[in-house]
Amino acid sequence: MSDVLLKVENLKTHFFLDDGVVPAVDGVSFHLNRGETLAVVGESGSGKSITSLSIMRLIPNPPGRIVGGNIQFAGKNLLKLSEKEMREIRGNRISMIFQEPMTSLNPVYRVGDQISEALINHQGLKKKEAMEKAIEMLRLTGIPSPEKRAYDFPHQMSGGMRQRVMIAMALACRPELLIADEPTTALDVTIQAQILELMQELKEQLNTAIIMITHDLAVVAEMADRAVVMYCGKVVEEAPVEELFEKPLHPYTKGLLASIPRVEEEMEKLYQIEGTVPNLMHLPRGCAFAPRCPEAGSRCLGARPQLTPVSPTRKVSCWLVEGGVD
Amino acid sequence: MQPLLEVKNLTKYFPVKKGLFGRAGSVVKAVDGVNFKIYPGETMGLVGESGCGKSTTGRVILRLLEPTAGEIYFKGKNILNLPNEEMRRLRQKMQIIFQDPYASLNPRMTVGQIVGEPLKVFGLASGAELEKRVQKLLEYVGLAGYHARRYPHEFSGGQRQRVGIARALALNPELIICDEPVSALDVSIQSQVLNLLKDLQREFNFAYLFIAHGLNVVKHMSDRVGVMYLGQMVELADAKELYSTPLHPYTQALLSAVPVPDPKVKKKRIILKGDVPSPVNPPSGCRFHTRCFKCLDICSRQQPEFKEVKPNHWVACHAVQ
Repeated sequence: MSDVLLKVENLKTHFFLDDGVVPAVDGVSFHLNRGETLAVVGESGSGKSITSLSIMRLIPNPPGRIVGGNIQFAGKNLLKLSEKEMREIRGNRISMIFQEPMTSLNPVYRVGDQISEALINHQGLKKKEAMEKAIEMLRLTGIPSPEKRAYDFPHQMSGGMRQRVMIAMALACRPELLIADEPTTALDVTIQAQILELMQELKEQLNTAIIMITHDLAVVAEMADRAVVMYCGKVVEEAPVEELFEKPLHPYTKGLLASIPRVEEEMEKLYQIEGTVPNLMHLPRGCAFAPRCPEAGSRCLGARPQLTPVSPTRKVSCWLVEGGVD
Repeated sequence: MQPLLEVKNLTKYFPVKKGLFGRAGSVVKAVDGVNFKIYPGETMGLVGESGCGKSTTGRVILRLLEPTAGEIYFKGKNILNLPNEEMRRLRQKMQIIFQDPYASLNPRMTVGQIVGEPLKVFGLASGAELEKRVQKLLEYVGLAGYHARRYPHEFSGGQRQRVGIARALALNPELIICDEPVSALDVSIQSQVLNLLKDLQREFNFAYLFIAHGLNVVKHMSDRVGVMYLGQMVELADAKELYSTPLHPYTQALLSAVPVPDPKVKKKRIILKGDVPSPVNPPSGCRFHTRCFKCLDICSRQQPEFKEVKPNHWVACHAVQ
């Protein structure tokens, strides 16, 4: 199992705007094994979605550009590939599901045709064969009477159904890696439960590795094997999920976990992380979290900590574990 | 104790226009016969999935939408019979906080103007007095006085939500309707706003109608919780009771579907089949019967009565004795 499928090393994706440079992703490293589910957790502006778009090489340029780092996928450096070579990977060996299924499906094509497109382009199937395969994919994702629904337009489907179509489309070519960017955020809880269950099932059937991008720690706990926590474009902590929830090491992770209201517990007051996420254009000189951190010391304000291994499976970027905050 | 607010048989249908000239066709039964009470100083939570009618309920109570049928009593007075001027004055006592802090603040007004507007409209303060009141309100919600001169676009989502809260507080309301107040916010900001709402309630002792789809958030905030499905209330009980012993199959499924932020807990899920049916043409009998895992013969024929099965625990289900 410990066969590395994807390795992101020191990835830097910056956006060059009129009034300055936004280091949306700034030195991000992590890896993903075959068949594994990795969660990338963070709040808005943490750079989690930009990381995934960088892997797909879908960063709008201008203003954005990958300015440094490596992305190794199955032995190839994705950043060195030509656009044509990249197109052969996208939707075929790596595919993606987005948060809003309505805006990511084309409203003027029937869903069956949209699923067929990848099959025709990547696997050279004939139109009719591709449609049969598309119907089979829809059946796999649990859409009732798929032979009829394949001829529906996206607007004729509910949100949950559309997300199933997205999943069918993403998995049609049996990719080795599926990137799911907030796949259940727009859905209601009962539908979310359906979709998460479906993703688990399909993952086991097809042995796809998943990168799950989410802000919802509960979804992380349900789905992932390992997690990477991001803050202001950097990884602050990486750990197997059970260890992360049992003993978070970075104060930001601790704060996030403590601030979720829980159904099973009675709490008078929620823990709150003070302040707000800083502007990425004017990041503090030291640790980006230091101004909000209850444990910060003088060293945190002056210098940036590095992502440091603390055990064979865990890494943290915090002066607390790197020899004290003062 | 006299309830602060009582709604009886509250109903709101939206006509679906058909054709070019808008011949009235069918209707969307957004809210269909909802009953509940809110007592002074308490928080009543309202949960349900999209399209269940929880937001419409909130808006109808404020008469931002006129109900199709039913009665709404505020401190014993039926507000649906009030003349316009009296209704306008009563609105001081009922305020609302909206979900989207980007869409609910006028981008061309300063924060000071936004927060001070209710005071001005009702002629309660002007000039230096108004300025002082606005500063005070901003301080209550954790902003500073100098923020009054800034425009909404200069604020983050969490700060904007604080502005919306300050505006709602301006007239010393007795009831604040919170319509998904934290759904648009990040986790770390969400807990700040929830704590603020609780602190303010402790200080000023108003009641909340807290509408949200996040079951954990509603549990944290509410004394009592009502669960809605397709325009109807299916269960209503004290928050603790509802979350520990849900009786309606829909509530049970809803609670079991909430992901738990603990990887060691492996919950037994009740996964509901299918989607919520259309409110234009809701199922006959009990509206939940098409997805229910406890469905009986009678369920498709007869609508279950909303009755009190235990003290303060109301449920509408044929399968519950």
